[in-house]
Amino acid sequence: MKRFFDAELETFRSHLVLMGETSIRQVRDAIRALVEADISLADRVVAADDEVDQLEIKIDDEAIRYMNLRSPVATELRFVIVGMKASHDLERVGDEASNIAKRAAKLAAEPPLKPYIDIPRMANIALEMLRDALDCFLHMDSDKAIAVVKRDSEVDAINKQLYRELTSFMIEKPGTISRAIELMFISKSIERIADHATNIAEEMVFLAQARDIRHTDELKKSTLS
Amino acid sequence: MPAAISPTMERPSAQPTAPALAVSAAGTAASAAARTIIDIDHVDFFYGPSQALHDVSLKLDEKKVTAFIGPSGCGKSTLLRCLNRMNDLIDGTRVAKGSIKIRGVDIHGPQVDVIELRKRVGMVFQKSNPFPKSIYDNITYGLRLQGVKDKSRLDAVVEKSLRGAALWDEVKDRLHTSGLGLSGGQQQRLCIARAIAVEPDIILMDEPCSALDPISTSKVEELIHELKKQFTIVIVTHNMQQAARCSDQTAFFYLGRLVEFADTRTIFMNPANPQTEAYVSGRFG
Ligand SMILES: Nc1ncnc2c1ncn2[C@@H]1O[C@H](COP(=O)(O)OP(=O)(O)OP(=O)(O)O)[C@@H](O)[C@H]1O
Ligand SMILES: [Mg+2]
Repeated sequence: MKRFFDAELETFRSHLVLMGETSIRQVRDAIRALVEADISLADRVVAADDEVDQLEIKIDDEAIRYMNLRSPVATELRFVIVGMKASHDLERVGDEASNIAKRAAKLAAEPPLKPYIDIPRMANIALEMLRDALDCFLHMDSDKAIAVVKRDSEVDAINKQLYRELTSFMIEKPGTISRAIELMFISKSIERIADHATNIAEEMVFLAQARDIRHTDELKKSTLS
Repeated sequence: MPAAISPTMERPSAQPTAPALAVSAAGTAASAAARTIIDIDHVDFFYGPSQALHDVSLKLDEKKVTAFIGPSGCGKSTLLRCLNRMNDLIDGTRVAKGSIKIRGVDIHGPQVDVIELRKRVGMVFQKSNPFPKSIYDNITYGLRLQGVKDKSRLDAVVEKSLRGAALWDEVKDRLHTSGLGLSGGQQQRLCIARAIAVEPDIILMDEPCSALDPISTSKVEELIHELKKQFTIVIVTHNMQQAARCSDQTAFFYLGRLVEFADTRTIFMNPANPQTEAYVSGRFG
């Protein structure tokens, strides 16, 4: 049976989709601004962060209103709560995109320290994780969500490897220090984005199975190390 | 003090604890620690030719609140009335199959005195129904029927029951005025006071708040929370929030069958059956 307010849940869902797509686009553009040394693209990413923030406010408002007036229970209640949490994660993803873009703009003024290979590769994994997490969030596919959680360690491994590499650059040539530090921060931002994707995936498992898998060892078994 | 148990119903320490096994095909396991007080076992019930309950099995725990929920006509009141054989008062009714045991005793067994059973298993109805008598007489009615005449004992029961029903402060100065002069919410609490005056073991409540405003409703809900320290309560309600707030366990019925029985938390957070979920989210139809 359809209820007259079911459309509100659809609106909520569509705002989450939009927020997910917007944050993914922001991260992709920030990385492209870095690789292509495109200052104006970097500036656009920073300016567009407000879109993500506004969507978070809208989603919170819709969730609170829905809980107040519609008294959701069971799956529906979990959907609204998890949607709200996912929107906080996406907002942080947007912030990281904006941080990456700011550093990309600074780095664009100098010659690249090294060819950008690992960073885009790492960003691609983080973005795939984010896309999969959102996808299973919308399709209630908890198997896929568990796969996302397991990939977190891939990103962690690349981040660590980059740290080692950049540290050795700094030791050998002190002139590279400021650029290496920017890249370390960018790498850390990408690692954080993967963490947010992981959070969303974990929330997804709660949505589908009413089971909290956070801070348990059940899924943290590294696939790489 | 727990209510005294009548000799016919008593099964002292020999009463085994509930096995941690599935209550029914649809239900979940009762917790091993709680004691089963009501054991409904594969019951079929008929009003003349028409079957109102189909193979219902349910074990209810002592000193817990169990909510019966489900769409109109699904058999909640019928099952409730089975528990103290109130259906016997309706012509042509019968439990065609299965058994209902209270504290291990089959309530249809030859040794069971129905009057005694109804004393042990009290009932509060949807529409408050005080007798057209004083508040005092409403409460002492059951005891007087039992032949209690001692004024000081009756006084004590009146005060204890009214306090138990959270009504004492509101009526203590007008105990000898008519029960019908009370507000709807007060009348309902008077009926609860009347039910607890005879020290039952189990209290059945059929939509006790459906005619009450939110304040009276929350008073009755508070009361249910207090009463469960002493009594086992079964409540029928159409108010999902009320079931969620008041009960420890919830049974969902549909078309005369038990669909799901589990901890209330599970029924409202993560029901196993899609029909249950549809019903508690208001999508049923
Ligand atoms: N006295 C009666 N004689 C014949 N049929 C009855 C009688 N009382 C109830 N029924 C039938 O038994 C079925 C179950 O009724 P019951 O009153 O137990 O439902 P319920 O779940 O309490 O519904 P509601 O939520 O409307 O109170 C219904 O089909 C009803 O019509
Ligand atoms: Mg009824």
